[in-house]
Amino acid sequence: MSILINHQTRLLVQGITGREGMFHTAAMIQYGTKVVAGVTPGKGGEWVQDGKVPVFDTVQSAVNATGANVSVIFVPARFAADAMLEAADAGLPLIVCITEGIPVRDMMTVRHYLDQKGSRLVGPNSPGLLTPGQCKVGIIPGHIARKGDVGIVSRSGTLTYEVLYALNEHGMGVSTCVGIGGDPIIGTSFMDVLEMFEADPHTEKAVLIGEIGGSDEEQAADFISDHMTKPVVGFIAGQSAPPGKRMGHAGAIVEGGSGLAKDKIEALKRVGVSVADHPEMIPELLD
Amino acid sequence: MKLHEYQSKQMFSEHGIPIPRGRMALNAQEVKSIAEELAGRVVIKSQVLVGGRGKAGGIRLVNSPEEAEDVATQLLGMRIKGLPVRRLLVDEAAEIETEIYLGVTNDRSARCPVMIASAEGGVEIEEVARVTPEKIVRVWIDPLLGMRSYQARFLASSIGLPRKHWKAFTRITKGLFETFLDSDATLAEINPLVITGDGRLLALDGKMVLDDNALFRHVELAEMRDIDEEEPVEREARKYGLSYVKLDGDIGCMVNGAGLAMASMDVIKLYGGSPANFLDIGGGAGSEKVAAALSIILKDPSVKAVLFNIFGGITRCDEVARGILSALKEIKTDVPMVVRLVGTNEAEGRQLLADANMVTATSLADAAKKAVALAKENSAS
Repeated sequence: MSILINHQTRLLVQGITGREGMFHTAAMIQYGTKVVAGVTPGKGGEWVQDGKVPVFDTVQSAVNATGANVSVIFVPARFAADAMLEAADAGLPLIVCITEGIPVRDMMTVRHYLDQKGSRLVGPNSPGLLTPGQCKVGIIPGHIARKGDVGIVSRSGTLTYEVLYALNEHGMGVSTCVGIGGDPIIGTSFMDVLEMFEADPHTEKAVLIGEIGGSDEEQAADFISDHMTKPVVGFIAGQSAPPGKRMGHAGAIVEGGSGLAKDKIEALKRVGVSVADHPEMIPELLD
Repeated sequence: MKLHEYQSKQMFSEHGIPIPRGRMALNAQEVKSIAEELAGRVVIKSQVLVGGRGKAGGIRLVNSPEEAEDVATQLLGMRIKGLPVRRLLVDEAAEIETEIYLGVTNDRSARCPVMIASAEGGVEIEEVARVTPEKIVRVWIDPLLGMRSYQARFLASSIGLPRKHWKAFTRITKGLFETFLDSDATLAEINPLVITGDGRLLALDGKMVLDDNALFRHVELAEMRDIDEEEPVEREARKYGLSYVKLDGDIGCMVNGAGLAMASMDVIKLYGGSPANFLDIGGGAGSEKVAAALSIILKDPSVKAVLFNIFGGITRCDEVARGILSALKEIKTDVPMVVRLVGTNEAEGRQLLADANMVTATSLADAAKKAVALAKENSAS
């Protein structure tokens, strides 16, 4: 009852010995995620997390030894492109990149290469994924969501937590929550995730949380119109954002009159999506 | 990070793109001596990082070194869209036959660079795109293959450029793409690229925007940042790793996370208020960062109320509360504040703020309504 990650996920953490990697690996293990290996070049042979997780020098050796099938990346921005390419080269089908601040040029080459290799990338600048009760990959706080039939896809981090929290308060549960990331070039789009929710027998409804910049929400609207039978509720952040100013996320900017919140809201409403005026209204709209 | 025209053109020139002879000057005396060197008519161009310099009177054509000195003195005292003119570019005047547009930027949905050309040069490309979209030609560039000659020829023929200029145009197009790539730019634009009376192609004006996330590998470019052109408060925010954008409302906002910060602004607006800023303290902010953020918000005299919306994940609510308290020890203020703390260590955070005379809220909607009411009350008093 999920997409992308579940109890069969065998997770590899790239950058496991760094501050962020260390902290969030502990949280993921505590949640019940099977973290089978870590990679930090130069630290191969060590064991971390109370001696429970082996560290390898390369992704390939970690995959060979442990059968890892998903990688999550916590390495600093300047090394992140290399980390994603290495994971794809080792044949990992799913790569989740948490790192923020990766140069756009790096992401163009990485995405190009990953497409050829057939690896799916979620992120970068993503909070990761959460399948409540089964598996958590990334940094989404696990305790604010319960199992259920609502699929969530979002470009944001804490705004997503806000929605998870609101759903939980209303007794609503989540099948899988996917943070696709706030960068201009990302691996997985709204459309890709909606397609998976549509196909997932345990997801009954979907929530799409978008924001200003780009046209991913408009493409999602086209997809919803042509292919979705399940109801979708949306929220778009940044209605009050001025044009030409980057609002924190590298991808959140209205440029040359495109990427406006009101255009995205209109596009979604036109295809029958109920769009919430504010994030706490989402549970009511799902009812 | 935006580059000045003179900096952009310097980089174009290093990649084989012809630019007019000329130099940047900081005072009228220097302008005069450059004009003497160039001998003849020169153009004096204010170097400020906003568009519309020409219309604002910031670009002037002069006939003699003496006139150049006079005009430079006038320009150096000017403000263009609020920005003081501190640098002038002195270029030899070109005889313009035709004006073309040539630019390269990243296409988000195609996930690769796109080179754009138009026979309508010298005006804003957004305007051309809006009014006469058929006059814009694009080629998408494979990030692994780079700009190819046939693509440049396609642009040249599509904008009706006479054949005799194709070779020079191809060289310029490739040079522009290399400049874009080598400097990790998100925009590199020549507008206008002109054909001169004597049949040469010349980059008359240039604009570049660099990817801030890539500056770590371009130390020499990072040093080109003109800090005089930034809002002091935005510079201060950058120093603390805060993402801050000044807006024109009266409710200051402090939020963790960019999406939530935008959503908080939207909810303020929904309930009839107006946000004074966007401010994301980021994930896991310590009390020092929070204190810096609050002092930045309170420096804005238009702020009539402050809204804190913290959803603790990696960020701990008690750390945020400590930061707020330490800032309030330094700054005495009557500005009313509304706090909403949810998540990691929320009870400790609320306990710490219990004596701080702040309004508390449980939901975002509740917090926004209270902030809007307080801001109205405060402006009325």
